[in-house]
Amino acid sequence: MTHIGATTEMVVPVDLSLAEARRLLDKRELSAVELAEAHIARIEQVEPVVQAFITPMFEQAREMAAAADETIAAGEARPMTGIPVGLKDIFCTVDAPTTAASKILAGYRSPYDGTVVERLRADKAVFVGKLNTDEFAMGSSTENSAFFTTRNPWDPTRVPGGSSGGSAAAVAAGQAIATLGSDTGGSIRQPAGFCGVVGLKPTYGRVSRFGLIAFASSLDQIGPFTRSVEDCAMILGAIAGHDPRDSTSAPLPVPDYAAGLTGSVRGMRIGIAREFSAVEGMEPGVQAACEAAYETFAKLGATLVPVELPYSKYALPTYYITAPAEASANLARYDGVKYGLSSEAETLLETYLRTRGEGFGPEVKRRIMLGTYSLASGYYDAYYVKAQKVRTLIKRDFDRAFEQVDVILAPTSPTVAFPIGARTDDPLQMYLADIFTIPANMAGLPGIAIPCGFSDGLPVSLQIIGRAFDEATVLRAAHAYEQASGWHTYRPDIARLVAR
Amino acid sequence: MDFETIIGLELHAQVLTHSKMYCGCSASYSDAPPNTHVCPVCLGLPGVLPVINRAAVEKTVMTGIALNCSIPRYNKFDRKNYMYPDLMKGYQVSQYDLPIAVNGYVDVDVNGREVRVGITRVHLEEDTARLTHRSGVDGERSLVDVNRSGVPLMEIVSEPDMHSPEEAREFLIAVRRILRYIGASSGNMEEGAFRCDANVSQRSTDGSIIGPKVEIKNMNSFRSVERALEYEVARQRAALRNGETLVQETRGWLEDRAITVGQRSKEYAHDYRYFPEPDLPPVLLDEGFLAAVESRMPELPRVRQRRLREQYGLSHADAALLADEKAVADYYEAAVTAAGGHAREIAHWVTGELFAIARNRSELGEVGIPPTSLAEIVSMVVAGEVNALTGKELLTTLAGSDVSPRAYVAQHGLAQVRDADAVREVVLEVLAANPDAVADYRSGKKAAIGYLIGQGMRRMKGAGNPDALRRTMTDILDNDSSS
Repeated sequence: MTHIGATTEMVVPVDLSLAEARRLLDKRELSAVELAEAHIARIEQVEPVVQAFITPMFEQAREMAAAADETIAAGEARPMTGIPVGLKDIFCTVDAPTTAASKILAGYRSPYDGTVVERLRADKAVFVGKLNTDEFAMGSSTENSAFFTTRNPWDPTRVPGGSSGGSAAAVAAGQAIATLGSDTGGSIRQPAGFCGVVGLKPTYGRVSRFGLIAFASSLDQIGPFTRSVEDCAMILGAIAGHDPRDSTSAPLPVPDYAAGLTGSVRGMRIGIAREFSAVEGMEPGVQAACEAAYETFAKLGATLVPVELPYSKYALPTYYITAPAEASANLARYDGVKYGLSSEAETLLETYLRTRGEGFGPEVKRRIMLGTYSLASGYYDAYYVKAQKVRTLIKRDFDRAFEQVDVILAPTSPTVAFPIGARTDDPLQMYLADIFTIPANMAGLPGIAIPCGFSDGLPVSLQIIGRAFDEATVLRAAHAYEQASGWHTYRPDIARLVAR
Repeated sequence: MDFETIIGLELHAQVLTHSKMYCGCSASYSDAPPNTHVCPVCLGLPGVLPVINRAAVEKTVMTGIALNCSIPRYNKFDRKNYMYPDLMKGYQVSQYDLPIAVNGYVDVDVNGREVRVGITRVHLEEDTARLTHRSGVDGERSLVDVNRSGVPLMEIVSEPDMHSPEEAREFLIAVRRILRYIGASSGNMEEGAFRCDANVSQRSTDGSIIGPKVEIKNMNSFRSVERALEYEVARQRAALRNGETLVQETRGWLEDRAITVGQRSKEYAHDYRYFPEPDLPPVLLDEGFLAAVESRMPELPRVRQRRLREQYGLSHADAALLADEKAVADYYEAAVTAAGGHAREIAHWVTGELFAIARNRSELGEVGIPPTSLAEIVSMVVAGEVNALTGKELLTTLAGSDVSPRAYVAQHGLAQVRDADAVREVVLEVLAANPDAVADYRSGKKAAIGYLIGQGMRRMKGAGNPDALRRTMTDILDNDSSS
């Protein structure tokens, strides 16, 4: 098969945006099979260095691509038809193992597809593989994966961020046009920032969690990684919307996000919070890039308004009560009795202790213990209940701020990607990587991370937080900035990466 | 020293719904092969989420209303954490501090005395899987049947308002009756659809001694509840009188040995670490919902029993028997309506004849006699058109057929012969054919008349009326000495 234009213009399918790929596929200038093969080739080329995939799905991808081509030929293409997509390995899929990057689920096969997987499959997207993560999405670097650590395509001695580090690295390295991750305390935005791509955590309830292996149920939210805001809008439209199987998903209509990208922020009121700048450990390069971004918004005609979010400084400790508490219950089902790892033992208690002792990594155990402790009789009121009260106050801060502004800007992380191993001995230092992303989770708000420059050759990321269920405004602001700044067009040097 | 017994009960009733509490699997599993009514949700597989069964909430609200509870406008679900192989997720989705119904009561008749038992709360949760332990050549093993996992389960907690095992049993029966009336539960204890744990303690009447609370489990029938409590009361009193120390503990009732034994306390020293279920938003019951549920509430057993007494002039005993099951009371009232009266006679026929042939009182429909047919039969008997014996035979003859009793009687010539001349003719024949019995009667053995009436009935092949025969016979025998 040949495609028109191939002789006159070199098409590099792995560098395409989703929107460009869509256009080429629909014009039949590129087939889904060609697009899949190009990505498979890229995966094979860079994977020895990047290590983003726990389970590549090449065979499935080829079949899905062939089917997508038929759908396109029949004129029934939808936005995601034929698009190579990677999935964080905590999305349940029937046609590949779902491990949550844990020994306790090594080789586990889900008998069902989660809702977003089902929706993408119905739209004939092409799944290229299951991506690395910190075990059960607990971590900020993928160093807690039971299998291996993913490398940052901008500098393979550094982490890609986490927990959805595989999803971020895969998009940055051109291994997929888009990927899905999950964000409980920053697990989409922080790795998107570290890898210089776009990452969106939608409003809690915007995307169904059915089929997402739970970490902290009241915080987990699924979202996309892409190389542009427009791409992000396209895939969000495909996965968002009410799902009767998730009672926390909102029965609200899904707007046409891509159509809402006007390129203008003129007249938009944009909040800047003091609480999101002067933190300990904030790198000057990050601070400078973010402040430059704020100025760009002003130049584009938006009004910058100082807002106060005084309770945000309690978001991190509140998160580390709430999330482990929920996790301690969510992970109780992995007991060696029904599926996954089962360690032989004489008694039931021994089976539990040995299976969980061998199956869970140290960070997961740490959080199970933290959560069990804060829910224990006698401590519950002082920890869990108190944390929920603070959570309400954090939410109230945002409510008040959003009476004055349309979106709030903040750095995504206080630092750029840190070297592999730099923080593994100090969980508290690791937890600080999420200090700017956690408040949006605690308040259930949408937040996007977009590239806003470089510091020491590594990507810096700007975060835009919006009102609940107002992803449209967040995307519009992000898109206008992206178009004006062009930071999203920078890509890691794959040739140099592979040569190392 | 005299002691007073204090008993509180904790009941679990499976809620009668089509599907399970948090998924779409069928909730009726009793005849199903193991592990066939299962899905990723009730198996607790990674990634699944619960969805609240609306019908289960409705039936629990109905139960709350029937137990005179207040129904808060806001309730929520919580996770109760403990690990055991019968619990698929490692936690049970239950309700902790904000249950569906609170602060109610049930009035119970105990030997003609009315006892009011407080209801602390009614909440909704999910049943666990069923474990079977087997030992075979390959050693011991435990099998898990997940069909029961996720079946809606209501927990009803009483106040410690009962003072004897008998009161506890009557309370249990009263609650079961109510649950069956409103269709909230089958109340079947043998099948495990209705379960009872009890808390029992003793207090000396002078208040100087307050014994510890002992929880009794493993009681699988109404009778075992009463027996277990009787045993436990005696055990606790003996211990207190002998100055022995009683401990707060959980004891299991051993049916075959008729004793309670302490269960290892360590296994029950749980900290369930309850916290709000983040996968389920709180439940808001609006006025419209509550009004709709209220409008579907049937008349409850005690009210109905009183009405049956007052409206139909029934005895206390008959009214109680008829009102025990809603299906029976419905049947009874339908028959009375069809007959346009004969309320007391129909009551006797239902509690006598129909109960005698029905395998299960709650399933009068299975007898195959619609209320309209019973109404016809009783009407004919009362009017003397057929005799009672024929009436009874009609019940069995016509069971399951759609022939009307009246038509059948006409067709088979079963109508009573009430023509005085015809009766007199038969009587004269009988007296002539049985001179010995006639002589016995006349010599003072008045009982001989029974034999003579029987002979008359035989000659009349069921169309006879024993009263008419008796009247005519005594008339002739006592006045006409010549024959």
